[in-house]
Amino acid sequence: MVNFTVDGKNISAPKGTMLLEAIRGAGISIPSLCAHEAVSRSGACRLCVVEIKKGNRTRIVTSCLYGVEDGLVVSTKSDRVLNVRRLVMELLLARCPESDVIQKMAKEMGIEAQARFAVDTDKGKCILCRSCVRVCEEVVGVSAIGLFARGPHKTVGTPYNEKSDVCIGCGACVYVCPTGHIEMTSTGDKRKIWERTFKMQACTKCGKFFAPVDQLKFISKKTGTPLEELNICTECR
Amino acid sequence: MEENQNVQAHQVIEETRLQYDPKKNVITVCAGTGCRAYGSLKVKEALETELQKQNMKVDVVATGCLGFCEKGPMAVIHPHKYFYQSVKVEDVPEIVSKTVAKGEVISRLFYRHPETQKTLFREEDLPFYKKQLRVVFGKNGMIDPTKIDDYLDIEGYQALAKVLSEMTPEQVISEVKKAGLRGRGGGGFHAAVKWEGVRKAHGEPKYVIANGDEGDPGAYMDRSLMEGNPHSIIEGMIIGAYAVGSSEGYIYVRNEYPLAVTHLTLAIQAARERGLLGKNILGTDFSFDIKINKGAGAFVCGESSALFASIEGRAGEPRAKYVHAVEKGLYDKPTVLNNVETWANVPLIINKGADWYASIGTEGSKGTKIFSLVGKINNTGLIEVPMGTTLYEIIYDMGGGIPKGRKFKAVQTGGPSGGCIPESLLDLQVDFDKLYEVGSMMGSGGMIVMDDTSCMVDVARYFTTFLEEESCGKCVPCREGVRRMKQILDDICAGKGQEGDVELLEKIATGVADGSLCALGGSAPNPVLSTIKYFRNEYDAHIKEHRCPAGVCKALITYSIDAEKCTGCGACIKVCPVQAITGEKKKAHVIDISKCTRCGACIESCKFDSIIVK
Repeated sequence: MVNFTVDGKNISAPKGTMLLEAIRGAGISIPSLCAHEAVSRSGACRLCVVEIKKGNRTRIVTSCLYGVEDGLVVSTKSDRVLNVRRLVMELLLARCPESDVIQKMAKEMGIEAQARFAVDTDKGKCILCRSCVRVCEEVVGVSAIGLFARGPHKTVGTPYNEKSDVCIGCGACVYVCPTGHIEMTSTGDKRKIWERTFKMQACTKCGKFFAPVDQLKFISKKTGTPLEELNICTECR
Repeated sequence: MEENQNVQAHQVIEETRLQYDPKKNVITVCAGTGCRAYGSLKVKEALETELQKQNMKVDVVATGCLGFCEKGPMAVIHPHKYFYQSVKVEDVPEIVSKTVAKGEVISRLFYRHPETQKTLFREEDLPFYKKQLRVVFGKNGMIDPTKIDDYLDIEGYQALAKVLSEMTPEQVISEVKKAGLRGRGGGGFHAAVKWEGVRKAHGEPKYVIANGDEGDPGAYMDRSLMEGNPHSIIEGMIIGAYAVGSSEGYIYVRNEYPLAVTHLTLAIQAARERGLLGKNILGTDFSFDIKINKGAGAFVCGESSALFASIEGRAGEPRAKYVHAVEKGLYDKPTVLNNVETWANVPLIINKGADWYASIGTEGSKGTKIFSLVGKINNTGLIEVPMGTTLYEIIYDMGGGIPKGRKFKAVQTGGPSGGCIPESLLDLQVDFDKLYEVGSMMGSGGMIVMDDTSCMVDVARYFTTFLEEESCGKCVPCREGVRRMKQILDDICAGKGQEGDVELLEKIATGVADGSLCALGGSAPNPVLSTIKYFRNEYDAHIKEHRCPAGVCKALITYSIDAEKCTGCGACIKVCPVQAITGEKKKAHVIDISKCTRCGACIESCKFDSIIVK
């Protein structure tokens, strides 16, 4: 076990634990948007930053990427930390004014929109955390979506914003998106996502439409499970 | 066995040296990118044709950049070492018939001292060169960078032979440590500490990389080094690879530097052919080879982890570096990444010794540094000076001061994320630590000089715009924060600044610096913070008085004509693109402010300084 202090409290955690988990495990809350359990971490949102002190040196680190260390003195509420957190929230409020998740988070943290920032109208609810890109690559394994351009022009989507040939319509990206930016609509035997319409498979037992045909074919090919078996929904299986 | 190898290494290098016939009568023509743009290759061609016509056997060598870019194309006539500047093709027949044939000088081609008007014959007489110490960069002018023999003739690869035959890797590291070599790419990290880390790190293979992703506006010293003396970088890398135990290396160079790419490629091929790269270098057990990786021009790829990502074929985005590159760098293997200039210093340290090297410079910063001097300065070019040289010496003695007798206002050092240093700090001795103390940084060595016609808010806006565009966009503070700072600066320059904007800028700046994922975001607020620190009055003038003191921000200035100075010549009427100027001949003209777009064309055209900008 590794021993260290957080906001003056002694904490221990197994070696290899990230500060974020260790601190939350001790009952101290830290906000975050981009750290999703299903995907590897990018450290993009910067909400989970904490200030650490090692010897005489203090610095701001991303708690979701920084492993616990013996003797570390961690502060989750120092002025520097709160200043970064406040700035990030103000910037996100201005970028995604329609995101109820961000609105709620800001309210809980007592942060109001910075009036001097003109709100964006073209970014939707996307904070570019890249969880969707990572789940598509790391978990689903198709890399149908990616990040394009850089700086203020950066966007997430399918290559050249064209309909993706490799997307299986699984909706994992929707599931991991922290702000609900990605639109997926399912009506009857159709599902629409990333501008593509997928045909849904009806469960051969109960008749409920439960998954895109393309997704089931992909799983069958990848795992060798016969398609007939997969055509039964998880509830009837 | 080992002794045999040592003897062999020395023998090989001696043999290659003996093949080379030292030149005596020779003309060198600067063929750096700047001089090429001025037409130096045509001058070289004309020289060759003319020499043939006049039946003279004199070699003409296209060398690397000489640094005095303001006065290109430059030609040096050996053995007299006459330094001809701004040479045109038309001058060539006279150069050959007079100077080359008879040793007579052509007075008009010499540089004249701007104050004394004295004719200066040789490079070392010029004020631009006099105070320089060109131990790294000066070799550019002695060699044709496409010929390995030229490099061998100036003791090239001698350091490598010495290292392979006489020194253990540990001894090499300790020599570099004793020399106090710090990274020339920006951070100023001690090179030997990195090397030691990689030597001790577990994991194979280990990589050695030269960072040639120079992207700062106005900075081109790395380019000139890669173009002008590629072997010095390669030799440094081979020595570094031997010291850390690496067999694979990369040079990361921007694709926008075609000449650098060509010269590096030729140099690597030549080094391989001579057994200086590849398997069993100089007959020893040590093997090492270098690949060139062409970058697509993203500024952020100069950042180490983004550079690794780029070489690996991924998008050039940095990652959090809680595990250092010496442990997990390229492909998560131990990696030494140094700037090209840092590598070029290595052979020098080995050849001349750590004590000699450490005798140059200041307490904390040893050796020399190459700076690119651009902006409102008389002698635009590249200079190499000992660490600790004052800004005043650089700008006034070497740089020749500010054109048109205008007043110096600030010098921006360290690239876009460096800071602006005011006149009161001109006595600052330039080194890594001193620059940091005043809110700027060494960066890779760019210096942009500004005079009283530069608006410091506009300057901050320019660099912030650059950084906004060049942010990779991964983390929120850098992508969104820099964008918001830029929007506020846009407003201030457009006369829409609000009370409290400066304080807000400072607040955002602190958050961006603290909260960003990598050093680009970490230093992106510097232009804003340093201009607020030293030129707060200009911000206040824009916001509170709706006035741009330097007369730059278009929304805050008006043009008028001084009726007493105006001679009514009509020059401004002709150049005004929007017909805003009217007036009879020989009578004072008038500008219609409602039509005027404040483009400045009239100012350029007026010989009588009669356009008033307020």
